[in-house]
Amino acid sequence: MELINKSALELHDLLDKKEITSREIVEAYIKRIEALEPKLNSFVTLTLEQALEDADKADEMIKNKTSTTFTGIPIAIKDNMCTYHVKTTCSSKMLQDFKPPYDATVIAKIKKAGMPILGKTNMDEFAMGSSTETSFFGPSKNPWDLERVPGGSSGGSAAAVAAKQAPLALGSDTGGSIRQPAALTGVVGLKPTYGLVSRYGLIAFASSLDQIGPFTRDVADSAALLNMLAGYDPKDTTSLPNKRSDYLQALGKEIRGLRVGLPREFFGEGLDKEVEKAVLKAIDALATEGAQIVEIDLPYSKKALAAYYLIATAEASSNLARLDGVRYGHRSENQKDSVTMFKHSRAEGFGPEVKRRIMLGTYALSAGFYDAYYLKALKVRTLIKNDFDAAFKKVDVIVTPTTPSVAFKFGEKVLDPLAMYLSDVYTTTANLAGIPAMSMPAGLTKEKLPIGVQIIAPALAEEIMLNTAYTLEKAIGTIGLPTLEV
Amino acid sequence: MSVIDKKTVEHIANLARLYLTEDEKEEMTVSLNKILDFEQQLAEIDTENVKPMAQAVPLENVMREDKVKGSLSIREVFLNAPDEAEGFFKVPRIIEKD
Amino acid sequence: MPLEDYTIVIGLEVHAELMTKTKLFCSCSTSFGNEANSQVCPICLGLPGTLPVLNEKAVEFAVKAGSALNCEIANFSKFDRKNYFYPDLTKAYQISQYEMPICRYGQVEFFVNGVKKVVGINRVHMEEEAGKSVHSGATITDSEFSLEDYNRCGIPLIEIVSEPDMRSPEEARIYMETLRNILRYANVSDCKMEEGSLRCDANISLMPKGATKFGTRSEIKNMNSFKAVQKALEYEALRQAELLDAGKKVVQETRTWDDSAGITMSMRSKEEAHDYRYFPEPDLVPIVLTDEYIQNLKDSLPELPVAKLNRYLNELELPPYDAELITANKDLADYFEAVLEYYKDAKVVSNWLMGEFMRLINEQGLEIDQVKVKPKDLAAMFTLQDKGVISSKIAKTVFEDMFKTGKDPDAVVKEKGLVQISDVSEIENIVQDVIKNNPAPVSQYLEGKEKVLGFLVGQVMKFSHGKANPQMANEYLKKALDKLK
Repeated sequence: MELINKSALELHDLLDKKEITSREIVEAYIKRIEALEPKLNSFVTLTLEQALEDADKADEMIKNKTSTTFTGIPIAIKDNMCTYHVKTTCSSKMLQDFKPPYDATVIAKIKKAGMPILGKTNMDEFAMGSSTETSFFGPSKNPWDLERVPGGSSGGSAAAVAAKQAPLALGSDTGGSIRQPAALTGVVGLKPTYGLVSRYGLIAFASSLDQIGPFTRDVADSAALLNMLAGYDPKDTTSLPNKRSDYLQALGKEIRGLRVGLPREFFGEGLDKEVEKAVLKAIDALATEGAQIVEIDLPYSKKALAAYYLIATAEASSNLARLDGVRYGHRSENQKDSVTMFKHSRAEGFGPEVKRRIMLGTYALSAGFYDAYYLKALKVRTLIKNDFDAAFKKVDVIVTPTTPSVAFKFGEKVLDPLAMYLSDVYTTTANLAGIPAMSMPAGLTKEKLPIGVQIIAPALAEEIMLNTAYTLEKAIGTIGLPTLEV
Repeated sequence: MSVIDKKTVEHIANLARLYLTEDEKEEMTVSLNKILDFEQQLAEIDTENVKPMAQAVPLENVMREDKVKGSLSIREVFLNAPDEAEGFFKVPRIIEKD
Repeated sequence: MPLEDYTIVIGLEVHAELMTKTKLFCSCSTSFGNEANSQVCPICLGLPGTLPVLNEKAVEFAVKAGSALNCEIANFSKFDRKNYFYPDLTKAYQISQYEMPICRYGQVEFFVNGVKKVVGINRVHMEEEAGKSVHSGATITDSEFSLEDYNRCGIPLIEIVSEPDMRSPEEARIYMETLRNILRYANVSDCKMEEGSLRCDANISLMPKGATKFGTRSEIKNMNSFKAVQKALEYEALRQAELLDAGKKVVQETRTWDDSAGITMSMRSKEEAHDYRYFPEPDLVPIVLTDEYIQNLKDSLPELPVAKLNRYLNELELPPYDAELITANKDLADYFEAVLEYYKDAKVVSNWLMGEFMRLINEQGLEIDQVKVKPKDLAAMFTLQDKGVISSKIAKTVFEDMFKTGKDPDAVVKEKGLVQISDVSEIENIVQDVIKNNPAPVSQYLEGKEKVLGFLVGQVMKFSHGKANPQMANEYLKKALDKLK
């Protein structure tokens, strides 16, 4: 019995039936991590000893019948979620030694559930990037092709799940940072409705766009993990006080009559032919299951990327200002005076892409440019949201490609920021509108690289979105996971 | 099209408290211009009478009770401090030197 | 030309800390004077990943303050970020209200040398305090390093921005004193300038009399007392007048008041003009207040200084001087009214407070809330006087003792044996003794020099150690003397 091949829910069943222990699961994953980590670099920090201790505690919980669905099942965490006394670096030199004195709300939930944390995963520095190439600790590799990027910014989490270094992982998504790497590594990645999962303890990139969400190998695990993550948090004022749903329970319902929107704007110029074909095939599969396919228009979605990059960088320029070398984080040796110390600490602590985005965001907010850039972008955001509101009067979900192309090679885009930003062209709309969206595998290219299909739903309609994904997964089958030589 | 020049880059870098080398200033001028050029597409959109959307949640009046809860221990306050003295965070002189 | 030929234009930005138990966006205590950095948590320390949660009490206090300042209270307001780097600002932005403040367009009234003055309030908004820097040298400029204490960081503030309506440094000072009084009446801020819970920055400019266009203004900071506000602005007005007279221009700049030197100095800084890059705070949601909520808070406000003054004048019929003095100090007014609960004659109470009470307070440099005499006991003392148990002269002695010890008047009177002698036979005995011992004045009286009677009454009082009932002493002395005629 290869434990690392099992889904989280399968592991839960085995634990429940006392056929295995959490320690056995964690040990199996440790073996896998140790074997693959030199090749993949999925993690920034490993917490394997603690994971074993937590596995033993989980086994106690199971014995005492105080366990829940994920008790004893290990997880990997993107390194921008604060973990008490465990380094939380955002893959930046700036925070390379930062040990938070508190847990993020999602981490507290994971600990309470008795889930051993395997480690903190690699990412683009401060979540700014689409390839993990901006990480201070070097990029993670795509398990399907080590020459290629795993996507980003949550590339480490995606790679870890795809390479079976973890059954589950958490990522964060500001403009596609869960869905894009999920697509590029052939796993399921879900960005919830803004406000569904607490942001407390998530080191902010762009506060009005950021959401935490799960990486899993299949849709059922995604639904189950979302059950655990979702919920009102008094520590996050923007968290939604809605009644809790059971997303797992929503799976398996017939989708006959489901209205699936196909936005013309997402199938035009710049879309790779193989990706297009796979996504259209997936849509056909939904039609076969009884869904009704409706062509729709989201005219302003074409402007989403431009609006996104101003809003996200404007917020980021403010969010990252606190990294000034006074209370935590990197401090420069150059301490002639406080201003000089600030400037050099930040210059030394941040990488080039982070600096570029801080500059862009500062510019967009600065006197004389606020109206033309930042405010204009906020108005376009309204138009994008209005587009979706109108579309969801006609359809229940929207299906699109997750990315315009499959995983690209290292170095291919890192020197051209705009080309890199275009990886997010289909994903930023959901963040701007605050609605849920997920990516799941739709097939493989001839070169055996995963293709992602994106399902977008109205705010708080995760149940419909997940059930559509679940139906699709059954209809088109899985692409499996990469075969990696250990 | 060039939207910003090196002087603007220097001004923005100062606002953002980022020290940039001459090379970085050059590179930044080029790449920011490229991005801002891409951003010009927003200018073409008619947004008259459109309200700005700064947040994606329909919430209001989320507040807490005025009740004291524990603060951090002094040890945890200074857990990550680059420079500490007598229970304070120490910073170099605040008034700039010439 | 002399300063009198210029019109001085002054506007003030006043910051007042609200008296909440916890900070504006986290649950750390706001209490003053504790060990450095002992009242901080991940939120007010600005640790990455933390989020603010608004304190409902701060909103309540801001609405009360705005109502007390006759402002319009906004049904919809929100927070913005004000971005700037400074070691005392943990997030490198201050959460404030820029675009849509919670209160706008109010006004306050006060008297300057007996003339009523009205100053407009442009806005009142909520924001958070920064931490406190302790400098290694005597001043910030001489300091090679500074030490940061973040206990204060995050305490709720209201900023009250006046219209540029003040026309003299004295008006500015009285405006500040009036604001303090109103905020203390409204019970939203303790307004202690010495602890920094009330601070102000002033904008001041001059223009020739009769002109309508304001001159270039300077901003004055670091005025740490009411007196300093007036002194700094007087200095600055003269400085600007001299510049203008010499044909020079006033530079728009920030200047700091050096209280010991008595001058304002330019705050030398290489920093370019501030660009705070305000934008909507994405971590907080808007504040939406119903008219009912606003009205309830308005109704819950205690009587404010202007209303109280009018009541003292019209209903209690106090002299204007007394009424103004008592209402100008909330604690004194509260004390006054507490005594009135037990003793109805407001004039007697007011007289006493204006006289003996304030004399002792000033002598000993006390605040009203440090006085040991309970209002109820002071009232009891007045009653003892009315009943003739003690004389007004003895009352002073009794009060001094009450002031010192906090004892009630009965106890003091008993302990010291200060009960007035009103017993007829006892008084008659004393009178006989006095007549016996003062033969010369007695014969003078009998010869018709009736003025001597005063001296003899004094002797009775002296002989009785002041305890004899003065009216009775007079009456029985006269009777006894008349018998000798």
